[in-house]
Amino acid sequence: MNGYFADVGALARKDLLLELRARDTLPAMLLFVLATFVVFHFALPSGSSDLAASGLLWVAIVFTALLGLGRAFVPEREQRVFDALVLAPNDRSAIWVAKALATLAFLAGVEVVALPVFAAFFHGIGAATVGGVVLADVGICAVGTFVGAMATASRARELLLPLLFLPLAIPIVIGGVGASIVDSPGRYLGFLAVYDLIFATLCWASFDYVVAE
Amino acid sequence: MAVAIALIFFVAPEDADQGISQKIFYFHVPIALTAYACFGWGAWKALRHLWEREPGADLESYTAIHQGVIFGALTLVTGSIWARASWGVWWTWSSNQLVLFLVLFLFYCAYFMLRYSVEPGPQRENLSAVYALFGVVLIPVSFFAIRLANDFIHPTVFTSRGPQMSGTMFTAFCVALAAMLALAFTFYSVELVGKRVDARLRELRAAERPATAARRVPEAVAR
Repeated sequence: MNGYFADVGALARKDLLLELRARDTLPAMLLFVLATFVVFHFALPSGSSDLAASGLLWVAIVFTALLGLGRAFVPEREQRVFDALVLAPNDRSAIWVAKALATLAFLAGVEVVALPVFAAFFHGIGAATVGGVVLADVGICAVGTFVGAMATASRARELLLPLLFLPLAIPIVIGGVGASIVDSPGRYLGFLAVYDLIFATLCWASFDYVVAE
Repeated sequence: MAVAIALIFFVAPEDADQGISQKIFYFHVPIALTAYACFGWGAWKALRHLWEREPGADLESYTAIHQGVIFGALTLVTGSIWARASWGVWWTWSSNQLVLFLVLFLFYCAYFMLRYSVEPGPQRENLSAVYALFGVVLIPVSFFAIRLANDFIHPTVFTSRGPQMSGTMFTAFCVALAAMLALAFTFYSVELVGKRVDARLRELRAAERPATAARRVPEAVAR
């Protein structure tokens, strides 16, 4: 088990180090989310309620995550690292765990900037929204990296990822929007936690089949 | 099927509120349940494929999901007609089942996109099977999510029909359900046979090709 965590650590460290050197994904995601907020400002006519802005925050999060997820497996594909990783004598689900953690780090990094900016541009954000975002991030990264790996195996790749991901992300959006706009968000946060648990387990158990030939 | 149609139109009493449009209930609900059954069967075959490497399970899973998508699309259409007839709108977001079917429809359409953009082979079978399994997990999760969403999108959920059905209505419903399942099973079997023949033909052609290629080489040399 210790070896498993060491594998996960090494793989996640590789992704973070790569990002630190190349700086491909994080600045792009950051710029994208800021641009989205500006678009939303003009998309919402003056006088629209704060509720609409809360909903759009979730649209921004999901699409920003999608941008990051689309890049997640690009280094593996371009340098043919995937083949080597699959051949390596470690548990293959470690590849997924590490990738999900690295993507989670990127997404969290973006949101640390994006949420205060959202609060400045639109309206204040409560603790429930932050909690919802944290729980949703886990689900988005778990499911997203999983379908990202699936999309990598196909010819359509970037085209396919949103198609595979968005239907699975609809429950996340429902839970997240619910948590940000109702007075007692407990049920929605609970739902997000259950979603994370169910899908993370499913991904963890079946990742082996996605990469194995 | 014919018996079901006869029962629906001639035997079952008309609904007091909705009149003739209520008849579509006998099509809509059995079609929806049949679609669930197809998705469930597809996922079960997917599990068999992953777990026991049952030969042919991949094809069966794919065929079942194909049928499920067809019946799912029919559910959307009949549901939309029913909504039009009884509520006056073509689409309503307050009908949980319809929204769920829309989500599932999108999800399973992506299944086909995935399947057709991966080269045929063991990897495609695995990916399809894993995705099919995600589908049956997504059904209850989405169902609860959409129920939850109703709390903030529509404060009151209006129900389209009362829970009670009279005896003849229930009989007609059961017969319609059985007929629909039988229809789906027939389609499934026919499609499966067709697909198996296709696969076998492809194998035979692939086996034949090197032989013909070998025969052609001496001709080319002679020329």
